[in-house]
Amino acid sequence: MMEIYLDNAATTPVVPPVVEAITDCLKNDYGNPSSMHRLGIRAEKRVKEAKNRVSNLLKAAPEEIVFTSGGTEANNLAILGTAYNRRRIGKHCITTAIEHPSVLQAFRHLENQGYEISYLPVDRNGVISPDDVQKNLREDTVLVSIMHVNNETGSVQPISKVGAILNGQVNKPIFHVDAIQSAGKLPIFPSSWGIDLLSVSGHKIHAPKGIGALYIRKGVRLQPILFGGNQQDGLRSGTENLPGIVGIGVAAKWIGQLLDEKSDYLAGLKKKLIEDIRRFIPGIVINGSTENSAPHILNIGFPGLRGEILLHALEEEGVYVSSGSACSSRDKRFSHVLKAMGVDELVLEGSIRLSTSYLTTMEEIEAFTPRLVRTVKRIERFTRR
Amino acid sequence: MEKVILIRYGEIHLKGRNRPFFEKRLLNNIKKALQDIPDVKVTRAQGRYYVENYADEKAVIQALTRVFGIVSISPAYKIEKDFELLTEYSKKSIEHLLFDLQKEELTFKVESRRADKRFPMDSMEINRELGARLLKAFPQLKVDVHKPEVLLNVEIREFCYLYHQSIPCAGGMPVGTNGKAVLLLSGGIDSPVAGWMIAKRGVELTAVHYHSFPYTSDRSKEKVIDLAGILTRYTGSMRLHIVPFTRIQQELYENCPDEQLTILMRRFMMKIAEEIARREGAAALITGESIGQVASQTLEGLVVTNHAVSIPVFRPLIGFDKIDIMNLAQTIGTYETSILPYEDCCTVFTPRHPVTHPRLDKILKSEMLINGDELIQEALDNTELVEL
Repeated sequence: MMEIYLDNAATTPVVPPVVEAITDCLKNDYGNPSSMHRLGIRAEKRVKEAKNRVSNLLKAAPEEIVFTSGGTEANNLAILGTAYNRRRIGKHCITTAIEHPSVLQAFRHLENQGYEISYLPVDRNGVISPDDVQKNLREDTVLVSIMHVNNETGSVQPISKVGAILNGQVNKPIFHVDAIQSAGKLPIFPSSWGIDLLSVSGHKIHAPKGIGALYIRKGVRLQPILFGGNQQDGLRSGTENLPGIVGIGVAAKWIGQLLDEKSDYLAGLKKKLIEDIRRFIPGIVINGSTENSAPHILNIGFPGLRGEILLHALEEEGVYVSSGSACSSRDKRFSHVLKAMGVDELVLEGSIRLSTSYLTTMEEIEAFTPRLVRTVKRIERFTRR
Repeated sequence: MEKVILIRYGEIHLKGRNRPFFEKRLLNNIKKALQDIPDVKVTRAQGRYYVENYADEKAVIQALTRVFGIVSISPAYKIEKDFELLTEYSKKSIEHLLFDLQKEELTFKVESRRADKRFPMDSMEINRELGARLLKAFPQLKVDVHKPEVLLNVEIREFCYLYHQSIPCAGGMPVGTNGKAVLLLSGGIDSPVAGWMIAKRGVELTAVHYHSFPYTSDRSKEKVIDLAGILTRYTGSMRLHIVPFTRIQQELYENCPDEQLTILMRRFMMKIAEEIARREGAAALITGESIGQVASQTLEGLVVTNHAVSIPVFRPLIGFDKIDIMNLAQTIGTYETSILPYEDCCTVFTPRHPVTHPRLDKILKSEMLINGDELIQEALDNTELVEL
């Protein structure tokens, strides 16, 4: 049976050109970019090359890229680094209720240190209102952090509108965007959108786990959160993860090309998915907007079913998806994102996330729906009475 | 001089003519527990075991404290039977002690035993002379014959052994000296503790786990394998049978009264475990049940569950409070794994109002509604065996 991987928002397979580049790097370029000798210079060159490639994807300059250990560190560095650096200006930040834990928990950490955080609500489609940003702005607001694409529902936030509002401020707060789900899937224009900091993760764009990047607009200052040998201009001490950096560079180039040439491809897969599923399983609920949402993420609720059971039952059909809640008798661990959207509990319990990549084929999408229908029929017989 | 660990065992002294059997088993279990320590040697002499030739003393001690049948152990110096040497190493011990305890004053007592009567000094003389020499060497020392802080033990045997520490161990009987039983192992807190208690009495364990994929995830299965793995630190090894249970739950769900589902399910678990016990040559079942802990463990519930099988069912936790079981789980080392959030039973098949006073005749009637024998056979045919 053909396996169908529809959990690309969790992680993506590493593509062959990335594997080859990393293998070559491991074998030949083992130097430390900080070393004074030839091998060090060669390694440094590869870091520069990767910065070029990542900055191309983000329409930025190579000097504006810092490599991190992944998306979590990029988000942490952006948020903590800004808050600490600007603590004398103010201790108020704005974010949303639907951020990834690597953002929310960084803000919780700041709250424990006396910072004040405003969490913006979202509408039924999982989208914030730019007006709410305006309303929550204060004189002591130093940071606004809003994700571009939500990882659970694919909802797209009005980043450029928020950027415009912030640009109109006298004391412009720093604007951070978590673009971990959107990089390579949607075009991003940090400078014209008024973005100061932007996080990217390697393993969401077909590079390995353990590498990420933070775009830092020229002139924006951060306090580092790691201390040591002052690599990467002192912003991120620690010997560079050269194989990872080479990997994310090649991956950025690879996915950037696809974004340019096959911009409608993912949307086409999603359209087909929605049509087929709606036709064969009429009772489903799509969590989030079908129009204004990322082309690779689809969150569907099956009222009355359990998302986790559906996930495991699909596993038996060779299909890999993810669920928004964990099946537990003791406490209900529901997705904070779906909760913030006001999704009905019955739908929430039975929600799964399907996420594609450029490697997903139309053939797979066509083969998926019959398996889903079969699986739903199979488990619908057994629901809690 | 050589550093050794002296092992004392208790109850098996009582076992008259079977004693060699118990001792041999204990020796094997000790060797198994130390199999990861390179070049280690275990020997037996005069109702004791000695562990010699190791580098990592801590690792050896930790492994030994988990071997059932050992009462206590003492790390000791093994030296030639020479009083000057004995004095030298006694001084060394006291020096270490003073350093470790960081005390200005220390009370002590020398207690010696002379098993080898050819040694020129008797035990009273050793006590007196060694005590005097130590007092002279360390002004911080004081003698206290009633409640000494340090009891320096000297044993004159084939060699002279010197130690001042006795570490209590698990006690019980060597695993494998009291037959075999099948443990019904869930992912919860209770069943690993129940298994541990019975294993402690020398019973070899074989475990059975019921898995309901896709209603419970493979993570919950991994968790049970981990729990069984922790138990093998005490039992040496274990066979774990993972029985697919989904079909049975579904059949019960579709054909039997809702409020009886849990009790019916438990009866099936017992029946399958009994058949596995028969195949494994095990004489009893072990469960983690405790009276009144959950709806299916009322006295009536236990009686109806028990009625499903004819071999004895051991329930060592029957009179324990949950908190006591949790404390024991922490001591054994299974608690942290048990509380991981992977469910071993999905709420889909949990009745909202389970029967707490089940009647056997009604339950038996419900059981007739599905083809139990065939379902059990199918489950057994698809059982996965994990050897730990």
